[in-house]
Amino acid sequence: MERGLFMTIVVAGERKEYADGLTVEELIEAEKVETPQYVTVTVNDTFLSNAERASRSLQEGDVVEFLYFMGGGTIPSLCATND
Amino acid sequence: MRVPILREASFERNSMAFTNEQLERYSRHIILKEIGPKGQKKLMKAKVLIIGAGGLGAPAALYLAAAGVGTIGIADADSVDLSNLQRQVIHSTADIGRPKVESARDSMLAINPEITVHTYYEYITSENISGIIRDYDFVLDGTDNFPAKFLINDACVLEEKPFSHAGIIRFEGQLMTYVPGEGPCYRCVFKEPPPKDAVPTCREAGVVGAVAGVIGCLQAMEAVKYITGAGDLLTGRLLTYNALRSQFRTVPLPRDSHCAVCSGERTIHVPFDYELPVCDLK
Repeated sequence: MERGLFMTIVVAGERKEYADGLTVEELIEAEKVETPQYVTVTVNDTFLSNAERASRSLQEGDVVEFLYFMGGGTIPSLCATND
Repeated sequence: MRVPILREASFERNSMAFTNEQLERYSRHIILKEIGPKGQKKLMKAKVLIIGAGGLGAPAALYLAAAGVGTIGIADADSVDLSNLQRQVIHSTADIGRPKVESARDSMLAINPEITVHTYYEYITSENISGIIRDYDFVLDGTDNFPAKFLINDACVLEEKPFSHAGIIRFEGQLMTYVPGEGPCYRCVFKEPPPKDAVPTCREAGVVGAVAGVIGCLQAMEAVKYITGAGDLLTGRLLTYNALRSQFRTVPLPRDSHCAVCSGERTIHVPFDYELPVCDLK
């Protein structure tokens, strides 16, 4: 591996190697993130807007988290269905 | 100098007075230095509201009742269904068809007849939520749908009520705790509810009952910690659980300085309902 061609970043708690300069949008695709438009992304504990994903290049040591909508429990309000 | 100290100690003993039955019932709490008799008294005076008597609310309600939380409110407009019983362990087969709040109340009182249970057999909406949560010290969000989660978040932020948010799906779960003036709120992390059917629900994708148990118990633990002051809350952190990997993680959650409800740039001043979901599945 040539220096500078790859970087190590932390994605959802796991250290991973990706091509240097990978954008957040490319990372989302590479990681096969489910329903990406409804996933909140943080880079180094800072929120990243959906609009910033394409332009934000990642750097060595960056920490990326994907935060997912998660329901669960029951539906006591609005309508009476059983989840 | 000793007299005032003895008087103080005497007063403390009186205020800490437990019946013999209470000493026995709560002995495992009282022996813990982080809880002790003072913490147990705080639990016995506390009021916790659980919104949703389902997968998350069921284990939370059972453990909070067992812990001796003095007043527990339980809100749910649904009735017990056979498909609930795989994970909603506060209900039994004999309860099928009964309002969940009644079944949950009976189970809680069977464990601990010393507590008071208030039931809210009604839909939680922007019209009634503020009036309901106002009387409680801590709120647990045990709901499934996202409009309800945003409603609970906004109402709790506006009423300055701490609450535990949680979600579960398949083999995974997550939770965070909001404390007024401290951590980020749910809307800091997620700006708007996703469109209907945009993200899978437990009904569509499934969930392991034990995952609901794990996360619901963790919500109960957050309530116990908030009330007693023991340990560190999940404020500013999201705890995630992946059952297949047997893995817990905590993810730092920043505050959104532009948050529509909890920041200085607030644009939401009263709770409101998002579009009602179409209840086409039963």
